[in-house]
Amino acid sequence: MAAAPVFHERILQCAKDKLAELCARLYADENCGFAGLIVEERGEEWELRYVFYQSDAPGWVHVVQRCPLPEAVFPSISVRVAPADWHEREAADLFGLKFTGHPYLGDFILHNDVWQENLCPMRKGFDATQPVRRREPDPDWKPRRIVHAPGAFVMPVGPVFSGITESAHFQLETVGEDVIRAFPRLFYNYRAVEKIAEGRSVDDVLLLAERFSATTAFAHALGFCQAAERILGIEAPPRARALRVLLAELERLRHHAGAIQEICESTGLAVAASQAAILEEELLRISAAFCGHRYLFGVAAVGGLTRDFADAACRDCVAQAEEAGRGLDRLERMLRTSSSFLDRLEEVGIVSHEDARRFSLAGPTARASGLVRDLRAIQPYSGYESFGFDVPREEEGDGYARLRVLFAEARQSLRIMAQAANASPRGAVRAARTNASGGAALGWVEAPRGAAFHWLRLGKDGSVERYRIVPPSFANWRGFHLAVEKFAFQDFPIMLASFALSACENDR
Amino acid sequence: MSQWILRGLRTGIKSTRYPEHAERAMGVSPGFPVATRRTEQEARALVALCPTRALAHAGEELAVDYRRCVHCYRCARADAPMSWADDFERSAVKPGGKALDGAFERSIHILVVDAGDCGACLNEVRQLNNPYYNMHRLGFFITPTPRQADVLLVVGPVTEQMRVALEKAYAGMPGPKCVMAVGACALSGGVFGPSFTAGSGVADVIPVDVEVPGNPPPPLAILHGLLVATGRK
Repeated sequence: MAAAPVFHERILQCAKDKLAELCARLYADENCGFAGLIVEERGEEWELRYVFYQSDAPGWVHVVQRCPLPEAVFPSISVRVAPADWHEREAADLFGLKFTGHPYLGDFILHNDVWQENLCPMRKGFDATQPVRRREPDPDWKPRRIVHAPGAFVMPVGPVFSGITESAHFQLETVGEDVIRAFPRLFYNYRAVEKIAEGRSVDDVLLLAERFSATTAFAHALGFCQAAERILGIEAPPRARALRVLLAELERLRHHAGAIQEICESTGLAVAASQAAILEEELLRISAAFCGHRYLFGVAAVGGLTRDFADAACRDCVAQAEEAGRGLDRLERMLRTSSSFLDRLEEVGIVSHEDARRFSLAGPTARASGLVRDLRAIQPYSGYESFGFDVPREEEGDGYARLRVLFAEARQSLRIMAQAANASPRGAVRAARTNASGGAALGWVEAPRGAAFHWLRLGKDGSVERYRIVPPSFANWRGFHLAVEKFAFQDFPIMLASFALSACENDR
Repeated sequence: MSQWILRGLRTGIKSTRYPEHAERAMGVSPGFPVATRRTEQEARALVALCPTRALAHAGEELAVDYRRCVHCYRCARADAPMSWADDFERSAVKPGGKALDGAFERSIHILVVDAGDCGACLNEVRQLNNPYYNMHRLGFFITPTPRQADVLLVVGPVTEQMRVALEKAYAGMPGPKCVMAVGACALSGGVFGPSFTAGSGVADVIPVDVEVPGNPPPPLAILHGLLVATGRK
């Protein structure tokens, strides 16, 4: 067994005029990953926390800015730390902060055609239970146009689609057959999860963490539980940690089967789409037969798991999942020899390694562009350091590379599941709750779509004061525009599918 | 190409025999709590556990409001647990709502609107097209436009930012039309609503005809809901 890693958490306070410099140094020179910006309104002051993680060794850096409340102007770091862009826009929308030097604030999470200006719903004084007055629709509203050329027009798509798709809106700027660029407009599914969590008990917020993005429910529930456990000073027992790994990998396997199904469907290869759909459904059934719920609801708990699993049930689950895994292998072999399929994916939606790095992309999408960052490997949690697995990597950064990464990761998940089922230690699955009072901590998890971060602050009475989720889709939607430039209309669904994005996970 | 044809043939028929025969495969439904008689003390303890007020009791009689159950399993893992049934046929015509009459019952076109879903309900709707459920065999089809839709299938609690889109989709449908609210969020707001940005269900915005409980309802439950919506169940 490898020794559990020790995490160094460096907290750096810095003056406002040094902020951009310091963050840029961490991001560019020290090659840290950007986890997110966490804004907190604490009593009479703002606390802004820029969280970075080391990409080569266990360790975190929090750059903290404080300033008294009425002032709400901060320097923007997004010119030099590109992924901070959306974080700053979110803070501007939800808290009313200003970021000097940011090129475009406003109309982001809160759509200007729905909400009044300066609503600032994340401020402590805002009552989330009361309905707010809507804005009168502006009959003259038109989408922003960037391309001005003869014959150019904007093609709006969504939020209601011609199929079974999550709500999102795209403005495709086109001059005919080819699309010059595509702007996604998101947050139609904004349910204010972070706001409605405030004041609730930890167990009730766990329900939200589990349900805001239910196709990756267990991963997010685990991220939340790990944050809460660090605050409460408890640790999940060894058996619970091993079973958590088993469940998390089962979810990853199922998610990837679904993502592969969507890619096959987007190219119109019907038999392959059906084969993948069969495997996804089988994995959903395996999940439900194992733990009761097809999306693994109600298993994760702060301190461990809500229930134990018999060893025979674990081995059964792994054996059935391996059967599905053989189906995936067969599907991959067949896809690799289907030239009409490969033609649709190769060199479609390319993201270069430099761009992936610059925008801190996450998960399989980043790994298909050669950016190997996997929190299971570099910031291990839940005992991942004692499992043997590889982090797949491809270089091309196109749709086909992303598909290959999904297949390779599914195989690694099975490898981890087998180890977890065969080596789960005896003992309890849930640690007793302590009466520890409030505090704050970060939980992190490599969700199926990539790195997810859960920041939690508990008050003295144990209720949630601030809950911040940075889901992987938030990072990857920010980078989606890199892939969708100068392409043919019919490739758009393929690009969308191969990015394995989720609107609801992003919107929260 | 021939390899795909062979693979398709070799896979054989996967489709469930539901609704003609019961589906008994493992893992097709998360199940539901079932109301039974308990001591008053036990009933009170179970009701206190429920985070969404899906459980209520009058003395020793427990009642379950399936539209609110979010499958947290707290009552199922209590010291004196609720009994749990694996059935899924819980869809019903809402009081005041109306199923479609028998016309064209084998050619029903469905428009799916995501009104703030968490991804699970939508994913289960997607499964209806997979070979296991294959809703085409029962005459159900997904349509891209409200103009051709008979059934409006809505998931999610209806967020403020989706409300206008949902209203427009409903207004764009010709009559007779049937609105199906799918999932705990669409029926009661689930864990999200009501708040300033999420409603307490589809019925706040447009009239609902058929209710399909579950968090998320498994594909068979949604299929049952469609059969209810067309008066075939």
